[in-house]
Amino acid sequence: MNLNYTTPEFIILRDLQKCNNCGLCVKNCSFEAHYYSKHQRVESNSAKCVNCHYCVATCPKKALAIKKHPLEFRHNSYWTESAIKDIYKQASTGGILLTGMGTDREYPIYWDKILLNASQVTNPSIDPLREPMELRTFLGTKPGKLELDKTNNLSELMPPQLELQIPVVFAGMSFGSISYNAFKALAIAAHKAGIYFNTGEGGLHKDFYEFASHAIVQVASGRFGVNQEYLENSAAVEIKIGQGAKPGIGGHLPGKKVGEEVSKTRMIPLGSDAISPAPHHDIYSIEDLRQLIFAIKEATEYKKPVLVKIAAVHNVAAIASGIVRAGADIIVIDGFRAGTGAAPTRIRDNVGIPIELAIASVDERLKEEGIRKHVSIIASGGIRNSSDVVKAIALGADAVAIATAALIAMGCHMCQKCYTGKCNWGITTQDPELTKRLDPDKASQRLLNLLRAWSLEIKEMLGGMGINAIESLKGNRLMLRGVGLNETELKILGISHAGQ
Amino acid sequence: MLKREGQIRIPSGCAISGVMDKKGRPFSGATIINSISVMRERSNGLGGGFAAYGIYPEFKDTTAFHVFFDDKIAQGELENQLKKYFKVIYKEAIPIRRVPSIKNVPIIMRYFVTPKIEKIYQTNLSEEDYIIKFVFNVNTHIEGAFIVSSGKNMGVFKAVGYPEDVGEFYKLETYYGHIWSAHGRFPTNTPGWWGGAHPFNLLNWSVIHNGELSSYGSNREYLKQHGYQCNLQTDTEVVVYLFDLLYRKCNLPLDIVCKVLAPPLWDEINRMPKNKQQLYKSLRAIFGQALLNGPFSIIISTNEGLIALNDRIKLRPLVAAEKGDMLFIASEESAIRAVCYQPDKVWHPRGGEPVIGLVETSIRSNINLKEASS
Amino acid sequence: MKTIEARGMHYRELNNLIRKYYQNGIKKFLLKGVNGQRYIGSGIKGSPHLTIEGTPGNDLAAFSSGISIAIKGNAQDAVGNTMNDGKIVIHGHAGDAVGHSMRGGRIYIKSYAGYRVGIHMKEYQDQIPVIIIGGKAGDFLGEYMAGGVIILLGLDVEKDEELLGSYCGTGMHGGVMYIRGNIPSYKLAKEVKTASTTEEDLDFLKDCLSDYCSIMNLDLNKVMAKPFTKLYPYNKRPYGKLYAY
Repeated sequence: MNLNYTTPEFIILRDLQKCNNCGLCVKNCSFEAHYYSKHQRVESNSAKCVNCHYCVATCPKKALAIKKHPLEFRHNSYWTESAIKDIYKQASTGGILLTGMGTDREYPIYWDKILLNASQVTNPSIDPLREPMELRTFLGTKPGKLELDKTNNLSELMPPQLELQIPVVFAGMSFGSISYNAFKALAIAAHKAGIYFNTGEGGLHKDFYEFASHAIVQVASGRFGVNQEYLENSAAVEIKIGQGAKPGIGGHLPGKKVGEEVSKTRMIPLGSDAISPAPHHDIYSIEDLRQLIFAIKEATEYKKPVLVKIAAVHNVAAIASGIVRAGADIIVIDGFRAGTGAAPTRIRDNVGIPIELAIASVDERLKEEGIRKHVSIIASGGIRNSSDVVKAIALGADAVAIATAALIAMGCHMCQKCYTGKCNWGITTQDPELTKRLDPDKASQRLLNLLRAWSLEIKEMLGGMGINAIESLKGNRLMLRGVGLNETELKILGISHAGQ
Repeated sequence: MLKREGQIRIPSGCAISGVMDKKGRPFSGATIINSISVMRERSNGLGGGFAAYGIYPEFKDTTAFHVFFDDKIAQGELENQLKKYFKVIYKEAIPIRRVPSIKNVPIIMRYFVTPKIEKIYQTNLSEEDYIIKFVFNVNTHIEGAFIVSSGKNMGVFKAVGYPEDVGEFYKLETYYGHIWSAHGRFPTNTPGWWGGAHPFNLLNWSVIHNGELSSYGSNREYLKQHGYQCNLQTDTEVVVYLFDLLYRKCNLPLDIVCKVLAPPLWDEINRMPKNKQQLYKSLRAIFGQALLNGPFSIIISTNEGLIALNDRIKLRPLVAAEKGDMLFIASEESAIRAVCYQPDKVWHPRGGEPVIGLVETSIRSNINLKEASS
Repeated sequence: MKTIEARGMHYRELNNLIRKYYQNGIKKFLLKGVNGQRYIGSGIKGSPHLTIEGTPGNDLAAFSSGISIAIKGNAQDAVGNTMNDGKIVIHGHAGDAVGHSMRGGRIYIKSYAGYRVGIHMKEYQDQIPVIIIGGKAGDFLGEYMAGGVIILLGLDVEKDEELLGSYCGTGMHGGVMYIRGNIPSYKLAKEVKTASTTEEDLDFLKDCLSDYCSIMNLDLNKVMAKPFTKLYPYNKRPYGKLYAY
């Protein structure tokens, strides 16, 4: 007998008094965790369950619940359950462990150790519900000076800018890693909210050209779907060097996910693997990055800002400085908590640095060099809520990018199985039956609701600080205080401890 | 131990007043003292000060350093530095009279100097930047010395005390200038520090300020990148540096500088004609971190004139008045009426709408005076 | 009538004098040479009548209940702050935040008034405060307004001036404003609806304005000849949909 060492992570609980054997869970579960027994009874196989809650949410009788499996290993603080199970998995397959979304390990969350300021007496807090409160943000290169003619009109227009109504954009998520409907929902929401969505490296489907004015199109190492038309159908172009979930690692979209639409969009043959090399093979050094930046600027006639996205790694500040000098208009820094459709678990959980520290050190370094004022910074990688946004901007970012939060808004339940392509919520899948489950109009409305709620909250926080324009929050670290942080952490963050 | 101001940041509230003669005719400091004293309720005796322009006609082409010293050692050190970088034309103790409420009086000196040409060549700086560098150096590195003002044909007189007492202390009624501004301070804590009183000055710029800048943290970071060290930890100093940066270095016209500091709201920009939209969008996008946020009314003065500005949603008071060639600005109308019983015109400027009064002979006035004051 | 020379006098002394004489039965006062003294008329129980010559300071008649004041000149900020009853007539202009949180009484201003006039004024049972401004008004007129009446006439407004600043009625959730003339819609907050005046409104306006006009020496018919725009809030709870439960 071939003994399977892997035990279930979850246990499906079925209330048999409520269950009417309708079989919807059997039909719905793409992981086949529910099935009909020989006696035509609906039963469950907990071993296959990924705890995505789809069956629970859709069960008409509310008969289902899922719990962590009670089976425990003998307690060991060092050889934990996951450490043991990972070995079982590798011993039986010989493969690299794969996972989805951002790291779930217990690293310090600096957002939660930073507190915000508010006005009392010496300046009035401003009530954002009644008085104007401005969140409009411009991303792009800023000239050092402004030349005016005799009538105080501009002698020369500003370099191209992205204009955001809220300092939030959607981070890169490719069509391929996410479904057509999920992609569409992001595009609609970005368009309506006055922000931008990002194509990731999967190209831009022609159906979405109508949203081009709100699209940041990515040029990554695989160059999928990149041609003149693609570059033209955009508001800005992003060169992706790396991403926070897997710095220094390429990726590949398995051929089975490359259906007809993905194939057309990426301009690769149907069913073939789409391989993204780890580096760009035309960038082996910083001067090569400059070459690519200006190749794109030439191709787009200097009408669009060029972004460069990097993962937050140890010497991120120096790298960022080089990127500015290479001519980038906007730098995107992706922290180590960033999500992904698929990443090697060890890389996801062990490479990179927290975004909070990365923002602070990049901002400081660029200021020291006197070049911060010319460039914009987008911070991403695990932005969970509006207070994270406010803290990121006060630490020195111009705006943030969100992806995981956006997917959760559309229904993602963080089961971390994106790489299987079986997403029951219709988000990270190319299966037409599963994709249909996500209504792009409803999903975009949920995204808009999230953005509205965050913008209201950001306004409340700004008003409390006595600020009525987001510009005055930028780099305003005096509005932040640390709790429970050591000297080094406070120094890097450039903030005082609470009570100081 | 209490930290000295400059090491920590102290919010404060205040009274402001400014008077000028647009024809450039000098008048006694008694006027501004009478004006500011009406608003005694707005200060708490922990800081008062004056900026006076046109008071040193005999030295009008030299830089006048007004300096506080804690002791003779600091004075010696500064004078050594001065000799190294400047030609000292004349020096003296600033005359004072004893006033019981003004205590802990430092050594107060003034020096009329011209930079050594060969030193300027060596540094490759403009004369202004040469002086700025010197001022920052002294105020950061010479312990116990503080350069209060560094302009030409002007000077700042300040102390810990009520402004009217400070005026008496410095015998300001004996000085004659064509532009005066005054400030009464209401800091929230600490015993107050002579250097921390307003006006704040750099070169010919002086600023007095009522309110608190919530944007201080942002403004400071922005200025740091342009080589300005905000070493006083007080929000007001950023206003001086921003004016120097935007007007002198970026060469923006005065009214545009004001629109950077207190820009129109987006609602208003959206209603503007296309060319103005482009202008204001660019101003906000490029100089966003120079925006002064939070409640303020400020008076900025130079030898060329006087500018008063409110925050965009008018969270601090400001009243202006005119009588003949005289322009008056104050936190309260009563402060104007105290020195000008029947003005020709009194008005409350709108939030973000600067009042700009220029001496008629001034050079870089590419703004329409009538328009600016309406 | 008791004349008090207030020049150089501190407000505590001034108010104490008024209190003392009022307790001794004097009802009418003429305050001469007033300049900048705050809180004049505050803390006086009863209803004396003050005539002020000069420029009274901030918080004129703050927290007062029933005092009557006429100012031969201009007033500063926060006239009638949290006033409950009484009447203040200003034969000039006034500064910001006139009638802040006022719950009753009347404030008449001959000329213009500054920012945030009538901010959070409210009404309770038969107490309905009224502010009438003869000239123009600054931004945030009637901000947070929860009750009472603001009437803006715009009589001495020059051709190149605006009758009204921006953000009028932001946060308004009670009361009514009557603006003589038209208002561009961008000046109005999202919480505010406009309507033309009804017969009932006009009767009410006539009633309020006849007193104002006779005091200010104006022709009521001329004032009433131009149509008014009525502003009132959409509902009492403008922020009901703001929160997630």
